[in-house]
Amino acid sequence: MLTVKNLTKKFGGFTAVSAVNFSVEKGEILGLIGPNGSGKSTIFNMLSGVHFPNNGSINFQNQELSGLQPQSICELGIGRTFQIPRPFKRLTILENVALAGYFGNQNVSKSQAWSYAEEALHLVGLPSDPNIEIATLGAAGLKKLELAKALATKPNLLLADESLGGLDHSEMDQAAEMLKNIRKELGITIIWVEHIMGVLMKVVDRVMVLDHGEKIAEGSPEKVSKDKKVIEVYLGSDAKEIAKAAKR
Amino acid sequence: MNNNYIIGLLTLILLSLPFIGVTGYPLHIVITILIWSFAYTGWSIMGRFGLVSLGHGAFMAMGGYITALLWNYYGLTPWIGIPIALILTAFLAIIVGYPCFKFRIIGHYFALVTLALSEVVRQVIIATRDYTGGSLGYTPEPHGEGGWSIYALQFPDDRTAFLFIAVFIWIIGILIWKYIDNSMSRYALEAISEDEDASAAVGVKVTREKLKITVISALITAFAGALYCQYQMFISPDTIGGVGISLQIVFAVVVGGIYSALGPTVGAIITLLLAEILRISIGTARVCVTDDFCLNASGFPLFIYGIMLIVFIIFLPKGIVGSLMDFFKNNSSKKIKTEN
Ligand SMILES: Nc1ncnc2c1ncn2[C@@H]1O[C@H](COP(=O)(O)OP(=O)(O)O)[C@@H](O)[C@H]1O
Ligand SMILES: [Mg+2]
Repeated sequence: MLTVKNLTKKFGGFTAVSAVNFSVEKGEILGLIGPNGSGKSTIFNMLSGVHFPNNGSINFQNQELSGLQPQSICELGIGRTFQIPRPFKRLTILENVALAGYFGNQNVSKSQAWSYAEEALHLVGLPSDPNIEIATLGAAGLKKLELAKALATKPNLLLADESLGGLDHSEMDQAAEMLKNIRKELGITIIWVEHIMGVLMKVVDRVMVLDHGEKIAEGSPEKVSKDKKVIEVYLGSDAKEIAKAAKR
Repeated sequence: MNNNYIIGLLTLILLSLPFIGVTGYPLHIVITILIWSFAYTGWSIMGRFGLVSLGHGAFMAMGGYITALLWNYYGLTPWIGIPIALILTAFLAIIVGYPCFKFRIIGHYFALVTLALSEVVRQVIIATRDYTGGSLGYTPEPHGEGGWSIYALQFPDDRTAFLFIAVFIWIIGILIWKYIDNSMSRYALEAISEDEDASAAVGVKVTREKLKITVISALITAFAGALYCQYQMFISPDTIGGVGISLQIVFAVVVGGIYSALGPTVGAIITLLLAEILRISIGTARVCVTDDFCLNASGFPLFIYGIMLIVFIIFLPKGIVGSLMDFFKNNSSKKIKTEN
């Protein structure tokens, strides 16, 4: 479904993503993990057209994506969430998602868009009452809203960027169940970026590990979690993360 | 709903004015207010989404001047001249808007680019003074003997005819405002005004939506310019163009209310009446501080405008209509709460 070759992104002299190759099969959940700053979100930004790659190709359903605008990529069937939620605060929750339902799909009526929005909100477990303001949502709610917006565009491929960040343990398990459920119900393919490894490993079919913009491992969750290099690079930084989180 | 009743009632009252004895100067003021309301409504259609254009004076001047020039030089009736003026205005709006939106010139930068547009169009009018009369102004030639003519869209000495035209276009303006308010484009533009990237990520064609609203807005304003010209039978770069008019438009809408259909109309009523009152009461009087130090008071209205603008932006950012609506909404929701 998606084949990425030699994908490279430089910010000035700094290489954020360096010649990364990978592919995703239809119906699969691919986990994308790595320490902070390893280039995960940058890969998403290239897949969704926010950044143009400096080099490499992105082939999605036999179409080249690099160079396309975000709205065209959305139209082709890739939905994304943002790591830091970006809700439209001047619209209600339902309107946020209905907007995605309307503009993310071609030739839909207003009422169709609204029913897409209700479905998507139901899937992520948010209320679909028409008058609820964004301000009523907490961190977990905003993450869910990001997912609902992406789902309302009816994607074939969903790019979920750290949908667990800022959630507590039970919320995390719920969210992981939700992603599994989304795949089951909608039959869509998912790339899931996360650096909370435990939860992710339970859900994904395959994992790819990034470090400093390079792919350092790829395979089944079991295989990757025993990989020496991954333990060295990732657990080290993970330990730091945990320490940081504990301080807060 | 309630809003529609107000508009319907207003229309009836306006249309009956000439028959209940409102003629002459008062009727002139009403017509002027309606034409400007139409222009202001046009501006607010995009202004409400944070697309603050200081270039609408340019669009208004395009509407007026092109229509008048085509009439004077080619005898082209305004019925064809106005559509041509509108097409050319749409071109100008696209030529300026497209690069702005493509290269993400937003906020203050957008205001500055459009400000320059106002001045450029004014300078073009002045530079081509051999044809346009420059800063001295321009007059569409009276048709035939100078009487009533539908063909020439000239109704000298018949304010009633023009009142009907003005009421008609004023309502059209309000209806367009409401149509957009109910459309999906409104949601898209609200989203765009907050976050262009996030809007594009859910499939919104950002550049296209912004361009669409800009063209609609420019067309309404140009149309207002053309009607102003047909009504006054005189235009000059300073009465329907330039930075001054662009700022006047923004000011009136901010005062009236940018987020409500009747806001621009209320803004027009208040600012134009204020300007008339100040002009009549102060006019060209001179204020003498000492015997030989006198100030020309003609700048005084502008001074009051400036103060009002500051006061409104700080204390009533939603304008008079928006604030009143909030006030009533809060009161009625309080009522519901106590009833429960
Ligand atoms: N727009 C940008 N401009 C400059 N540097 C950036 C930009 N986006 C990301 N980076 C840098 O690229 C690196 C990878 O970032 P990112 O992809 O966000 O990491 P991750 O999502 O894996 O935590 C970081 O060092 C980050 O500072
Ligand atoms: Mg990231």
